[in-house]
Amino acid sequence: MTVIAERGNPARQLVTRLAGDEKHAPSAYSTLEVLWVLYDRVLRVTPATVDEPDRDRFLLSKGHGPAAYYAVLAATGFIPESWLDDLGGRNSRLGLHPDRTLIPGVEIGSGSLGHGLGLAVGTALGLRAQGFLDSHTYVLLGDAELDEGANHEAIAYAYAARLGGLTAIVIDNQSATHGWPGGIAGRFVGWSASVVDGYDHDAIAHALTSHDGSRPHVVVATVAPKGR
Amino acid sequence: MRETFVATTTALLDEDPRTALVLADISVDAFAPALRRHPDRVLNVGIREQLMAGVAGGLALTGLRPYVHSYAPFLVDRAYEQIKLDLGHQDVGAVLVSIGASYDASDVGYTHHSPGDVALLDTLEGWTVHVPGHRDEVPALLRAAARVDDRVYVRLSTQENRAPRPVSPRLQVVRRGPAGAPLVLAVGPMLDPVLAATADLGVTVAYTSTPRPLDTAGLRALATAEIVVVEPYLAGTTSRMAAAALADLPHRELHLGVRRAETRHYGSVADQARSHGLDPAGLRASITAFLG
Repeated sequence: MTVIAERGNPARQLVTRLAGDEKHAPSAYSTLEVLWVLYDRVLRVTPATVDEPDRDRFLLSKGHGPAAYYAVLAATGFIPESWLDDLGGRNSRLGLHPDRTLIPGVEIGSGSLGHGLGLAVGTALGLRAQGFLDSHTYVLLGDAELDEGANHEAIAYAYAARLGGLTAIVIDNQSATHGWPGGIAGRFVGWSASVVDGYDHDAIAHALTSHDGSRPHVVVATVAPKGR
Repeated sequence: MRETFVATTTALLDEDPRTALVLADISVDAFAPALRRHPDRVLNVGIREQLMAGVAGGLALTGLRPYVHSYAPFLVDRAYEQIKLDLGHQDVGAVLVSIGASYDASDVGYTHHSPGDVALLDTLEGWTVHVPGHRDEVPALLRAAARVDDRVYVRLSTQENRAPRPVSPRLQVVRRGPAGAPLVLAVGPMLDPVLAATADLGVTVAYTSTPRPLDTAGLRALATAEIVVVEPYLAGTTSRMAAAALADLPHRELHLGVRRAETRHYGSVADQARSHGLDPAGLRASITAFLG
């Protein structure tokens, strides 16, 4: 990638405090800039409003490698920074996959791939049914996670339901075993789509906020290939 | 039972703005009036049962009370991991309502059978399971589920008893045998076949439409030296719980239900019941052989 993030990301320093999940480290770093932009510029949720029914929702579907997520939650005050020092410990609230019942501000427990998008569709439908039309649901997936067939049930139905309150973010670190010939955005038939540099904060923020809301939106954030 | 489910759930949708219904093409026509009145809360996701469960989890996360409905093999068997993670792991609830349980789809074959649904849910924590034995037992069970946020499974069947029984989480004695008589516990629609099979056997017959959580106190109160459990799903599904409940009581148990082997034939529900030994003659043969 050639574009360097222009704004600061205090979570970048915090993520180095997390140790113990080296297997998923590339996964964690691939999401770091998008997560920071989401929490810094986009999401209408704060530590004080995590229980408000009309808050925006963020669902981390790609629960593998949540170190970046935890770092961003710490940098934005959802969790104490001290929690970062005991990733996966017996008495830690932070596991190698997040658990919503243990961590303030975490909307879903995830780790098994292919669950977040269906939950996000249901969340967006629930918000719409209750008249929270300004509330938005964001869900983050990985390009390899799209191999799970359940995602494609959700993609098709979200468009059929015209779920304008839903945005999926796909972190594309080119780790899907057989790739996605023709591009990832093309798999989200009927959705509006943006493909952005996954390190460019302004481009990420623009992509996350510029859709017209008449149908679901997907943002494909391209980052360095896994392992490089 | 299916019609009763449709009527009750339609009424709940009208009465309670928390109620939502998620379908996967099954029974959509029956819910057409409800869909017209509540398009944001009656959701047909198409033939996408994994999504159906995931959507239910998402709805519950926003505070709604989702009812989720399809044929048992698709509702439970196919979407098992979504039930486990999108409901249980998220610590949210839903009301799963199945039709086509066990071999109700008798003439279409094993692809549409689900004898193992309750056993699958038994691997998970926190599920209440209702198996009504008569259509008139269904409304009270569905309405009770609307008042809580728990995980509830309502297993509807085309088989039913001639008359309804009171809806209760407790075991009910239907026919009392002499003191010390063996106990035969019938679950849901197994009551009438059990009553017919044991008419002259001198046993106590008890009934439940809520096998989960199992009324272990009631079971201990009724238990004698010989206990037979007759359930309309996989034979032995309740054996672990019964054994644990009665571990300190010397006794013998017989568990009758749908046999594990595929029957590999078509025919009526009665034909399937006969093949699994769950018709009155088959039950009588098994019970008398056990009692000696």
